[in-house]
Amino acid sequence: MTTTQTRTDATEHGGDVRLSGISKTYGSFTAVHPLDLTVPQGSFFALLGASGCGKTTTLRVIAGLEEPSGGTVHLGDQDVTALPPYKRPVNTVFQSYALFPHLDIFENVAFGLRRRGIKSVKKQVGEMLELVQLGEQARKKPHQLSGGQQQRVAVARALINHPKVLLLDEPLGALDLKLRRQMQLELKRIQTEVGITFVHVTHDQEEAMTMADRVAVMNGGRVEQLGAPADLYENPRTTFVANFLGTSNLIGAEVDTRSGDDVVVKAAGDKLVLPGARCSAPARAGGKVLVGVRPEKISITHADEAGSIPEGRNRITGKISNTSFIGVSTQYVVDCAACPEFEVYAQNIDRDARLAPGADVVLHWNPAHTFGLDAAQDIDAGVAEGETA
Amino acid sequence: MAFVNWCKRNLVVIAGLLTLAYLVLPNVIVTVFSFNKPNGRFNYEWQQFSTDAWKDPCGVSGLCGSLSLSLQIAFWATLGATALGTAIAFALVRYRFRARGAINSLIFLPMAMPEVVMAASLLTLFLNMGAQLGFWTVLTAHIMFCLSFVVTAVKARVMSMDPRLEQAAQDLYAGPFQTFVRVTLPIAAPGIAAGALLAFALSFDDFIITNFNAGSTVTFPMFVWGSAQRGTPVQINVVGTAMFVIAVLFVLASMVIGDRRNRRKA
Amino acid sequence: MSTLTEAPPPLSPPAPEDKPPRKRGRWTPYWLLLPGILWLVVFFAAPMIYQASTSVQTGSLEEGYRVTWHFVTYWDAVSEYWPQFLRSVAYAASATVLCLLLGYPLAYLIAFRAGRWRNLIMILVIAPFFTSFLIRTLAWKTILADGGPVVGALNTLHVLDVTSWLGWTAGDRVLATPLAVVCGLTYNFLPFMILPLYTSLERIDGRLHEAAGDLYAKPSTVFRKVTFPLSMPGVVSGTLLTFIPATGDYVNASLLGSADTGMIGNVIQSQFLRVLDYPTAAALSFILMAAILAMVTFYIRKSGTEDLV
Repeated sequence: MTTTQTRTDATEHGGDVRLSGISKTYGSFTAVHPLDLTVPQGSFFALLGASGCGKTTTLRVIAGLEEPSGGTVHLGDQDVTALPPYKRPVNTVFQSYALFPHLDIFENVAFGLRRRGIKSVKKQVGEMLELVQLGEQARKKPHQLSGGQQQRVAVARALINHPKVLLLDEPLGALDLKLRRQMQLELKRIQTEVGITFVHVTHDQEEAMTMADRVAVMNGGRVEQLGAPADLYENPRTTFVANFLGTSNLIGAEVDTRSGDDVVVKAAGDKLVLPGARCSAPARAGGKVLVGVRPEKISITHADEAGSIPEGRNRITGKISNTSFIGVSTQYVVDCAACPEFEVYAQNIDRDARLAPGADVVLHWNPAHTFGLDAAQDIDAGVAEGETA
Repeated sequence: MAFVNWCKRNLVVIAGLLTLAYLVLPNVIVTVFSFNKPNGRFNYEWQQFSTDAWKDPCGVSGLCGSLSLSLQIAFWATLGATALGTAIAFALVRYRFRARGAINSLIFLPMAMPEVVMAASLLTLFLNMGAQLGFWTVLTAHIMFCLSFVVTAVKARVMSMDPRLEQAAQDLYAGPFQTFVRVTLPIAAPGIAAGALLAFALSFDDFIITNFNAGSTVTFPMFVWGSAQRGTPVQINVVGTAMFVIAVLFVLASMVIGDRRNRRKA
Repeated sequence: MSTLTEAPPPLSPPAPEDKPPRKRGRWTPYWLLLPGILWLVVFFAAPMIYQASTSVQTGSLEEGYRVTWHFVTYWDAVSEYWPQFLRSVAYAASATVLCLLLGYPLAYLIAFRAGRWRNLIMILVIAPFFTSFLIRTLAWKTILADGGPVVGALNTLHVLDVTSWLGWTAGDRVLATPLAVVCGLTYNFLPFMILPLYTSLERIDGRLHEAAGDLYAKPSTVFRKVTFPLSMPGVVSGTLLTFIPATGDYVNASLLGSADTGMIGNVIQSQFLRVLDYPTAAALSFILMAAILAMVTFYIRKSGTEDLV
């Protein structure tokens, strides 16, 4: 199979996708600002962002469906910037699939092979349909299949060409939640099996984090941050990333002192400690920073038992304004001096009946889980987009 | 009282069916009178049942000749208008270019112009050019007025087509020509067929423009027109009835095929 | 038969595309447009100009014509043929109103009440198209024949007394009267009214009716406030598709009317094909075109659906 062949070809970075200075403008509107991006060969790479952030445009530039206003696209050592889409060794799984309605499943999958002049396609198509578990449906028309099946046909139709890169444009957007989860695992399985580089565009942060090895978070035509999912989640470097990927509690604070590797800050009277290495802003004494902590890292204790909290933890006092019981966890909204809507997710192990709206509580967490951001940003960047996605 | 209430609730149904009767009545008359044996030259009054005309539809001199001429003209006009109109429709939907507004008006105006105006102005052109009126002038005129209808029919279909399908074809190694032949054309086919069918019906049935530009050539509608002056043979009704029956069978057949397809879908 | 159910086509420019089409193949659109547009320019636009020039020429068939800017032709044409102009507009307007009144219930029936009969009714509306319209118009001679059952019934009900008094019919006759011409026009252009009405009614979401009913609207109010306003695009294109061709028609007036019911189409036809007075005929045709364009423009402005064109 070509899979193994591509693998052996892969002398170091021979199959990387490299975008250098790629930009795209429509009239006076800039969809993508000059952008450098390298997608390592064989990786599952996600472009994540809200609608209109330029992620789809970037994908279409790689596919050749959009001509960049500037910059170059390299596949391995080959400059493909000037190549039309039908001459690029790249295939796409389109949003809402774009299956040819007048051709049956077999012919849809065989389309690329036939266009390249391959006569005997039967065996390959059969194998590919087996891979996506659609062997029985070969002679049906696309509209006779369910959404999930259509999605798999779209993947098969692209993969059968053994592209250097498979581009996926919101491939799961049209599916319902349960099917989406299932297809996420399925796609991941296929990618591991064939070893082709996948570039996946999505607005769903969970999807990106579940599937991808590396995620580039895009916002306003720029890449905000790039890294492994866990790294992005734990160490966001901008408020957009902090808010768009999951939820963050962000508190405006002033740098007090530095002690060793730690930075001590003051927020509305409370002293908080964070590791200097996790502070992406310059931490000069007297300077402003945004201090962030994820809701699930926080413990919540009733004010009457504040004495039992171990020393050395960051702590903030407040009053519960709202609680919602989710099942595995309970989400609390706590009104604190530093932050009026502090969110806390507590696992339902031993529920304290006193933790009801109106109760005075102490929030505390390990300082190592705190991160610091530059205060010169919009504290709410990415909040609304994160919620809708 | 119950009856009055029923009428009230179904007022729209009753009114609609009356209109339908108004629409269908002439066809019934045409059919019935195709079995008539008129006394004089005109076939307007019922005399007695006879199948003479059905046994000899070409029995009137000139009728079948005019029918075959009309079919020929309709065929070539459909071919010409469909080819030219489809090209225009694709250009309008798929490309951006100068003078788009002017071109849109040029396509819209023939549909918004009384036929007699187009007929008269075209005749002045042909007279000025010294063209010999006949088959070619009629064909030219028919292509002209069918064109706009084909453009609108095809345009509607192409506009509703997902542009991603063509992008997908390009992505799968089909060059521009292959993309057009393998994907665009098959998907646009129903629109093109609709346009062609419309063009055929319009051309075949056209009288006013043909009457001005045909010279001494006689198409089927002109034959009917002439016979309305001189005497209407029963064979005209035979042809009219046959056309109606063929059209209904055609529609029924296409519906049965469509139904079967739908059922296979389910 | 989706063809004709979709027809008449929505006369609108393409919606603005989201993305400007790609730059590759810059000349392709022009090559695609060229043959068809050339055809329309040579055989539609140029003749209009020829005709305008013919209308201000003087001369005779034997000696040939020259452009002499003889605008008096227009004056003569209008002063001689104004009754035919008026009649054309009056007949066409009556036929259009009748088409709307008759066609709306049928379109509504097909869209909302026909159920499994929908296809059959649709066929019955469209199929007559395929019988030559001249043959069908001649059938009206039989239907409206003197002493026939229709005329007899109208006579017994004293309807003809009223219509005679109004000047629509003459004595015991319906044939060769204005009523017969309007009846023929209405019949001929009814499908052009029904199809756009049906298209726009069919697009209305049935739940809107339920929502209006839920919000305390009586059935008649539902129709006035919801259904009818939403069907306006169909009403506008239907009336245009009926009125425009009806104004220029001369077939119905010739076959079903008399010398007293001549429409402007009859005049243009006889001037062109029998009298061979080309300047007068061209002037009349030009006036008809200008009048219709003016009326249509005014109407579209008024009805507020300029995106129709």
